[in-house]
Amino acid sequence: MSSEDYLKDISEIKNLMNKSSKFISLSGLSGILAGIYALIGAGFAYWYLQISGEDYVVIDSKLFQYILLDLVLVGILSIGTAIYLTTKKAKQNNQKIWDSLTKRLLSSFVIPLLAGGIYILIILNQQKYGQTGALMLLFYGLALLSASKYTIGDVKYLGYTKIVIGLICAIFPGYGFWFWVLGFGIMHIVYGTVMFFKYDRK
Amino acid sequence: MKNIILNINKAFDHRIRLGIMSVLMVNDYADFNTLKDLLGVTDGNLASHTKALEKVDFIKVEKQFIGRKPNTKYMATELGKMEFKKHINALEKLINNK
Repeated sequence: MSSEDYLKDISEIKNLMNKSSKFISLSGLSGILAGIYALIGAGFAYWYLQISGEDYVVIDSKLFQYILLDLVLVGILSIGTAIYLTTKKAKQNNQKIWDSLTKRLLSSFVIPLLAGGIYILIILNQQKYGQTGALMLLFYGLALLSASKYTIGDVKYLGYTKIVIGLICAIFPGYGFWFWVLGFGIMHIVYGTVMFFKYDRK
Repeated sequence: MKNIILNINKAFDHRIRLGIMSVLMVNDYADFNTLKDLLGVTDGNLASHTKALEKVDFIKVEKQFIGRKPNTKYMATELGKMEFKKHINALEKLINNK
């Protein structure tokens, strides 16, 4: 074999290692859109709180139910957009959307997220509201971090950012809403844009 | 130069075997179909190459049933990982020498 053959070997090894262990078809655009949904959802919650004239949210009030519905809608829209755009991109990249790699990616993402979500619901039921924003950011950050092994590097940094924002948020519980807007709205848009220019536009 | 050639491992001197090892270096395990898709080879071809690697103890094979379907999982052994690293280093040296 000539050295050119060896070079080809090496580049194929690299390619196989990446392809088999990293899902590269995450769509940056879906990150941007998730951020925008979060901002709209937060804007709606803010506006609704203003016109309701109440200072705080009680768990069995109608206000709380609306805000919960608002959150669920933001979540569903974000997940739906992510699935749609990622499937589309995976097709372009000739990558399978449902194989052992994406299964591992999804389970390492969903398990911390689900644990966090259930935990938040439990403490909400115990009338502890102050840390909700911080906990959401923290668990979402951990979920991203745990999933980042199987995908492009930027997801890891988004995870770190959310964890840091979540911890700062925990120190200032009164500003939970604004940290939530920063973490879920603005950071999604920032990282989504970075990923969009880095990977989507090729 | 002779030293480098010594480290070029005969067991890896094939594109598909090199490919199998590459995948198993970065994943805890891979099953038969995953490997087949990644490498774009036929069943028989893949089977003969995995067997060759198994014979020299570079990979481990685990057979099990998922429901009624047989499922074969492959893992790299410590020996395999070590030899693969040696082989890659030798390749890099060969390229740099020229």
